[in-house]
Amino acid sequence: MLRLRDVDVALNVEGRMRPVLIGLNLDLAEGEALGLVGESGSGKSMTVRTITRLLPQGARVGGSVEFDGRDVLAMRPAELRAFRGSDVGVVFQDPRAAINPTHRIGEFLGEALTVNRGVGKAEAARRAAELLASVGIDDAERRLRQYPHELSGGMLQRVMIASVLAAEPRLILADEPTTALDVTIQAEVVGILDRLRRERAMGMVFITHDLDLALAVCDRVAVMYAGSVVEVRSARDLHETARHPYTIGLLGSRPSIEERAERLAAIPGRPVSAFEAGTGCAFASRCAFARDVCRSVRPRLETFQDGLVRCHRVEEIHEHAVA
Amino acid sequence: MLSPEPDTQSDAQSDTRSDTRSDTQTETRSGAQSGGSEPPAITVSGLTKVFRVADERGRRSQFTAVSDVSFTVPAGGSLGLVGESGSGKTTTARMLVGLEAPTAGRVEVLGHDRSRPARGAAERRRRARELQIVFQDPYTSLDPSQTVRVAIDEVLRTHSGLEGTARAARLAELLDQVGFDERQASARPRELSGGQRQRVAIARALAADPRVLILDEAVSALDVSIQAQILNLLVDIRAATGIAYLLISHDLAVVRHLCDSVVVLRRGQVVESGDCGAVLDAPADEYTRVLRASVPVPGWRPNRSAA
Repeated sequence: MLRLRDVDVALNVEGRMRPVLIGLNLDLAEGEALGLVGESGSGKSMTVRTITRLLPQGARVGGSVEFDGRDVLAMRPAELRAFRGSDVGVVFQDPRAAINPTHRIGEFLGEALTVNRGVGKAEAARRAAELLASVGIDDAERRLRQYPHELSGGMLQRVMIASVLAAEPRLILADEPTTALDVTIQAEVVGILDRLRRERAMGMVFITHDLDLALAVCDRVAVMYAGSVVEVRSARDLHETARHPYTIGLLGSRPSIEERAERLAAIPGRPVSAFEAGTGCAFASRCAFARDVCRSVRPRLETFQDGLVRCHRVEEIHEHAVA
Repeated sequence: MLSPEPDTQSDAQSDTRSDTRSDTQTETRSGAQSGGSEPPAITVSGLTKVFRVADERGRRSQFTAVSDVSFTVPAGGSLGLVGESGSGKTTTARMLVGLEAPTAGRVEVLGHDRSRPARGAAERRRRARELQIVFQDPYTSLDPSQTVRVAIDEVLRTHSGLEGTARAARLAELLDQVGFDERQASARPRELSGGQRQRVAIARALAADPRVLILDEAVSALDVSIQAQILNLLVDIRAATGIAYLLISHDLAVVRHLCDSVVVLRRGQVVESGDCGAVLDAPADEYTRVLRASVPVPGWRPNRSAA
């Protein structure tokens, strides 16, 4: 359904072009949930903005973004509006920034229905109540009359999800949708997203810095570093099957709630952004396995053991680990 | 296990349990310390904060942010204060460092009462040497014009009593402890990453040579790989200096990694406390159980029936 090939994106930062995505490849099947995981500057959010063509002015985009075989990068304004209005829906991290604070919840949802689906006012009101019920808000009558500031962050994120559902999209792009929420509320909101996307067979790109959360919600996970995907694996067993040194490093960096480790296997240094990456592997400066070839030649994203890995030495490293 | 009894009863139950646990905790701890003669790092008893609030129509009411909270951080110990929004953990921290006056209750640091503001510069200096705090946001707590070296040396000048080469040696030691080389030590805050700034904030806190360090969501905003480095650093520092930690966090995995004991807060009240591993492995309180079960871990699945 969604296919990104060799996507390069550079932003205009004070007159200089600064790369944020480099040779990005991604595939999403109909109804599939794909997690995009990475640290700051890895390009997760830029990927969403590239797919929806919501990049800042002056951005330069190369490669191809296809949705259902249609070239998103070549869409003309009317086609792009239709694509954004009914094919994809975006759930952002901060619903308070995305929802007009001066409109009642009912007006906000009603607008999503009348503009995108062309339904009448009375019908819109009925459908808005239904949508709220589908995201677990039961006293719809009262909620529809309330203003955003009267709702908690968790409630407002449910309203945001309801508004995305209003357009009945085939693809949901969720950009850190629960990062600002308390963990018990996160569990509820993620549960709602997961149930709805399965019921409605929607595809989902779920962006998060929390690898374990992505593994719980997604079918496959793509790990990003410095503007590229470095590994793609099935979410089911990533803890055992991770092969890229960065993915393994990320798994070792998180303390466990189940047992206390003496020390964490921390990755040295700090995450680099795409514009700081040299000609070789972007992770080479932090990688214990890096050799000369890693510093000079950029590895390709290639198939390795039922997944994709961008690493020159993955075979050697794996053999060494198994031996 | 949901108790069919009224709330008061289950509260009483968990209180009894938590008392037993904290007693065991204190014994093991003081046994490990030299003779157990050192006073606890922090003793909080009956701490309460009531705010007077007014609604949009100007009607006044009272809001209890922290209600009868008690806990002890043993000398050299490490305690995690966990809770979600509105749990009262931030208000508790603010009372501990004197940014907020308690409505009732008592705060003692190293056996000295802190329920009243410090009287005079000498007492303020003593308090600073007893306890320091590192906040979540290192961006706002550093002077943009100061280099790393100057920012840390400023604290040494005020609090260490060291001069000349001794102070220079201590400065070099601190820089080394938090992993700054010569070049980085000459950098200003805007040239540093979030993790580096947080390490400056930690070095500044340590420069006062405190016996107790409060970490208020101090690693929460950091990238995972940087967070791991800072957590290792905090473990090393405690092992090397015997400093006590009070960690305020919403992240149960971080609490488990750094803390011996834990206090779970909800709506300003302690719902459960005790040995960190014991509480997280077998929560006795229903809320702690929900909190624990909400954390995504390998094999965790979202609750699809969630309403």
